[in-house]
Amino acid sequence: MSPTQWDFPVELCCRPMAFVTLTGLDVVYNAVHRAVWDAFCANRRADRVPISFKVLPGDHEYPKCRSKRTSYEWYIPKGILKTGWMNKHLNLVPALVVVFYELDWDEPQWKEKQSECATRVEIVRQSLQGRNTKVAVVLIQKKTPLPPGEDVIASERAAALCNVCELSGKSLFVLPHTDHLVGYIIRLENAFYEHAQTYYYTEIRRVKSHKEFLNKTTHQLLFVRHQFKIAFFSELKQDTQNALKNYRTAYNLVHELRAHETNILEIKTMAGFINYKICRLCFQHNTPLDAIAQFRKHIDLCKKKIGSAELSFEHAAWMSKQFQAFGDLFDEAIKLGLTAIQTQNPGFYYQQAAYYAQERKQHARALCNHDASVMYPSPDPLETQTGVLDFYGQRPWRQGILSFDLSDPEKEKVGILAIQLLERSVVHSEIIISLLSNAVAQFKKYKCPRMKSHLMVQMGEEYYYAKDYTKALKLLDYVMCDYRSERWWTLLTSILTTALKCSYLMAQLKDYITYSLELLGRASTLKDDQKSRIEKNLMNVLMNESPDPEPDCDVLAVKTAQKLWADRVSLAGSNVFTIGVQDFVPFVQCKAKFHAPSFHVDVPVQFDVYLKADCPHPIRFSKLCVSFNNQAYNQFCVLEEASKASEVLENLTQGKMCLVPGKTRKLLFKFVAKTEDVGKKIEITSVDLVLGSESGRCVVLSWQGGGGDAASSQEALQAARSFKRRPKLPDNEVHWDSIIIQASTMIISRVPNISVHLRHEPPALMNEMYCLVVTVQSHEKSPIRDVKLTAGLKPGQDANLTQKTHVTLHGAELCDESYPALLTDIPVGDLHPGQQLEKTVYVRCGTVGSRMFLVYVSYLINTTVEGKEIVCKCHKDETVTIETVFPFDVAVRFVSTKFEHLERVYADIPFLLMTDVLSASPWALTIVSSELQLAPSMIAMDHLESQVDRVVLQTGESASECFCLRCPSAGNVEGGVATGHYIISWKRTSGMESIPVISTVITLPHVIVENIPLHVNADLPSFGRVRESLPVRYHLQNKTDLVQDVEISVEPSDAFMFSGLKQIRLRILPGTKQEMLYNFYPLMAGYQQLPSLNINLLRFPSFTNQLLRRFIPTSIFVKPQGRLMDDTSIAAA
Amino acid sequence: MDRVCVCVLPMSSLRPNYPLYIRSTPTENELKFHYMVHTSLDVVDEKISAMGKALVDQRELYLGLLYPTEDYKVYGYVTNSKVKFVMVVDSSNTALRDNEIRSMFRKLHNSYTDVMCNPFYNPGDRIQSRAFDNMVTSMMIQVC
Repeated sequence: MSPTQWDFPVELCCRPMAFVTLTGLDVVYNAVHRAVWDAFCANRRADRVPISFKVLPGDHEYPKCRSKRTSYEWYIPKGILKTGWMNKHLNLVPALVVVFYELDWDEPQWKEKQSECATRVEIVRQSLQGRNTKVAVVLIQKKTPLPPGEDVIASERAAALCNVCELSGKSLFVLPHTDHLVGYIIRLENAFYEHAQTYYYTEIRRVKSHKEFLNKTTHQLLFVRHQFKIAFFSELKQDTQNALKNYRTAYNLVHELRAHETNILEIKTMAGFINYKICRLCFQHNTPLDAIAQFRKHIDLCKKKIGSAELSFEHAAWMSKQFQAFGDLFDEAIKLGLTAIQTQNPGFYYQQAAYYAQERKQHARALCNHDASVMYPSPDPLETQTGVLDFYGQRPWRQGILSFDLSDPEKEKVGILAIQLLERSVVHSEIIISLLSNAVAQFKKYKCPRMKSHLMVQMGEEYYYAKDYTKALKLLDYVMCDYRSERWWTLLTSILTTALKCSYLMAQLKDYITYSLELLGRASTLKDDQKSRIEKNLMNVLMNESPDPEPDCDVLAVKTAQKLWADRVSLAGSNVFTIGVQDFVPFVQCKAKFHAPSFHVDVPVQFDVYLKADCPHPIRFSKLCVSFNNQAYNQFCVLEEASKASEVLENLTQGKMCLVPGKTRKLLFKFVAKTEDVGKKIEITSVDLVLGSESGRCVVLSWQGGGGDAASSQEALQAARSFKRRPKLPDNEVHWDSIIIQASTMIISRVPNISVHLRHEPPALMNEMYCLVVTVQSHEKSPIRDVKLTAGLKPGQDANLTQKTHVTLHGAELCDESYPALLTDIPVGDLHPGQQLEKTVYVRCGTVGSRMFLVYVSYLINTTVEGKEIVCKCHKDETVTIETVFPFDVAVRFVSTKFEHLERVYADIPFLLMTDVLSASPWALTIVSSELQLAPSMIAMDHLESQVDRVVLQTGESASECFCLRCPSAGNVEGGVATGHYIISWKRTSGMESIPVISTVITLPHVIVENIPLHVNADLPSFGRVRESLPVRYHLQNKTDLVQDVEISVEPSDAFMFSGLKQIRLRILPGTKQEMLYNFYPLMAGYQQLPSLNINLLRFPSFTNQLLRRFIPTSIFVKPQGRLMDDTSIAAA
Repeated sequence: MDRVCVCVLPMSSLRPNYPLYIRSTPTENELKFHYMVHTSLDVVDEKISAMGKALVDQRELYLGLLYPTEDYKVYGYVTNSKVKFVMVVDSSNTALRDNEIRSMFRKLHNSYTDVMCNPFYNPGDRIQSRAFDNMVTSMMIQVC
């Protein structure tokens, strides 16, 4: 955009920098000079001093300085600030003029050169006549200068040169043209900068000195002007603090000026300039709050200063510019590191600027609606002699006139007309949209999504006014869903209304229909008459006719649109529009509901589609189809009525295809599920409602899933929470809110009509072939085919169980690891009604514990549903939990030959192994046989044949066996010596002959074997008789490799007399035996203690009598002296 | 030109922030107020989320001035159950200071509580209570 009247001048917005001109440089043809100039101006970084340089010829004419006024007494200013002033001091009047001159100290023609230089300086001075501009001379030298003070010629000649040129020593510089050019240049420009600051300081002093001559009545304008100048010079001097102070004073002075309609524009313009400067400096000083406060004050002061009512759009334009400029300043400060917040960011200022731009447009429309015949006045009252204004903010046709009375009202009128006519050519929408889009960008940054949406709506509306309907629709469409999801229906309706207008004016069929659908819906807050109008239009469109224009549209645009619509009608082609309605709120609501969450395959699947129209008039639809995830069913769920387009509006109240507003219409659909879909979900993927006919135009409203739109989930939630009592309706009608969408159903298999019985005798015994008898009986009315049985461990249990459970159909042999845990699909043939069959399954459980077994019977049967023959697969399953237990407990004991419990056995000394088998089974067990398998370390003392063959054990009964064994000395084995295995072969007593015998192997415990030094055993009869001799022979056997010293004594006893050695000490050689013979003579009958034998081994003190008593009997039964006949009877016993 | 406007709406605490009650005077520029209230929710949301973070006094329900516009002031108030009240007043109306606004909000809150206590009122439905209406009307008259 080219700069307009309202844009701030460049010289106001730039950062003022000291202006220094360089003369005597030939930057075009002289390479050295070019290098010097480049060093000054190329790549100026922020750390260099703020100077703007310009190369000018030595004889350049600077602006003439007006003769200084000595008195202000008769001076009346013509305006506040001249339009050229700022530019003059930024770009025309330098603070310092530098004369570059090539001169070395050892120049041979010194005199001539010196005077030439002086001439050049003089020429510059001439052209600066009357100004305080400083002059400096820079000598460009080829040689590197010596350190100061060493070069005597240099200092002499420098002094001479200064003298000739009338320069102070501080204004003469030397620039050696060497390698370090940039370094020298930086030092030079720092020196220039000091000179420039002095210049601006004197300028400030000069302006201040005028003050005392001013008076408050005639020189009000000068107060402002001088204050502004001081501030501006301070800025040039880079004294921003003072600049700010002076600008603030100037600002206050501006508002003290007497304002009138004729000068209000000038006052506002200046106030705007000064305000801009103040805000800019505040941001620069990092005091954004001051900037905001100043701006607020500025706006409050100026808001009401509208000026001429005929030009009120100017005020709006000015206001808009103020806000925009502040927004720009704020944004710039943010880019430099300032942080803004949600409630205080540039967006608000751009938004307000846009608001004023809109106001400007409205005023302009109201004030500039001149007839086309009104010509632009000639001569142009806005034309000035120079092409520019002399003072900021004045009217071109009365520049410099301060009087508040209009000297020439006619001229004023022409001027205003010219401005009004010019305003007509301004593209307001463009300005507004660009401001709004600035604001949108800001609000996006500061987390204001709703503000952003609101501004986008405004942008869309502005595009609509600008007749850019495509862009308008794009924006409106974008934000619509936000308002929809937030359920602000009034706002949504307003947006939709605009969108509908756009789509009408562009004759966009699909959009037009879509927006109409929603404007007719329940979310729309339009009045009924509007709705009826839209509905009528929609019907027209569906009948391939043009709709009536939307109200309040531009007349010309409507004409174009009508032509477009006419073209659309004649155009053949795609006239079917499919509109997915789940994302908005259309005027027809739809809910689909399956009657049940699941259906058996042999009954028809039924569901209802409920429809309700919210539009003001009844509406007829031509087709309703429902789509499923299995598309094969789609064909069964189509409702269609051959209707001609013209009938749409007739016969409205009859027929299924007509929707009466507010009434819920229920449509029932029914189909037979396919047998392949058993176990699958049938889902409604979409419900399509067709309005209009294919001959005209038709619209397909497509609901995804089982209906529902953008608003329905919230409504359902509200309805669910409501306690409100619903009025009673006739039987066949339902409340819309009470219908809950059910968009899917399961197809499940037909109910089986067979019985499955299991017969078995729990618990199972470990490792046995457990017999499970399955009886299947058919109760079906027709024969069933393909009966299959699946039996075994129910899947999904502990994985270890699978490995320790085996199932077979053949009970005659033991099954091993290779048998499966579950037998699947065993064909068992067909069954006629009432027939039954039996199947035996054997299960072998390798571990104890409970298991779930599954028996699953499946079969096929033919049935008819809705006259359609289908083959149904039915199944019935039975599960049973079976406990597995040990059949018996086996206990093993080691005892001595005296049946005394043994902790350990002694080497080479016989002992007894006793086994007890205790039945734990609730069923009788038959022990077929048992077997003792000895380890190599054990030796049997006699035969080991089984003693329990063919024994039947009832519950709790036990069978014992006893084996005499001997263990040779085996040294000291850790943990004892292995004994061997005990194997029991058994089966259930009730089990059939064919069932195999199970062998249970029991590992016998290890036994500790100990060596003893001396073994004593006694030979004595089994009983004695009173007063009959009882010979007892003790055998003492040395088990060691040593000679044993043995002390033997026999203690006397009351019950016996005895003969033999009562006390003796003897030696037994290794491995030999010693016999001791005693004759006991019992004196008393009964169970008598024998005279005790004490043995004492001298080498083994640990060998005690306790140990000894394990081997030799301690008592004997003595029979009384009886008759002979009795003798024999006792002997027999 | 009577440009005084009060606009009241307790907002549902449910996710979509749709108005349960909204009224403004004068009624001709209603839409503008609706937009203003709607956009102010940005600030309300931000303030509420800030409340969660900082340890703010939970009993202070008044959110204060939400954001200034050239012509109106928008004030906010949020109950402990996050029901929002927003009020827009003409910024030229200097009689309304923070204290007045606060007490007006308190009045609104009380009246809203009465509405909620009605067993026949279904939370989330638009408020159609005569008592509430009258209270708002009296408040608007008082302000204008």
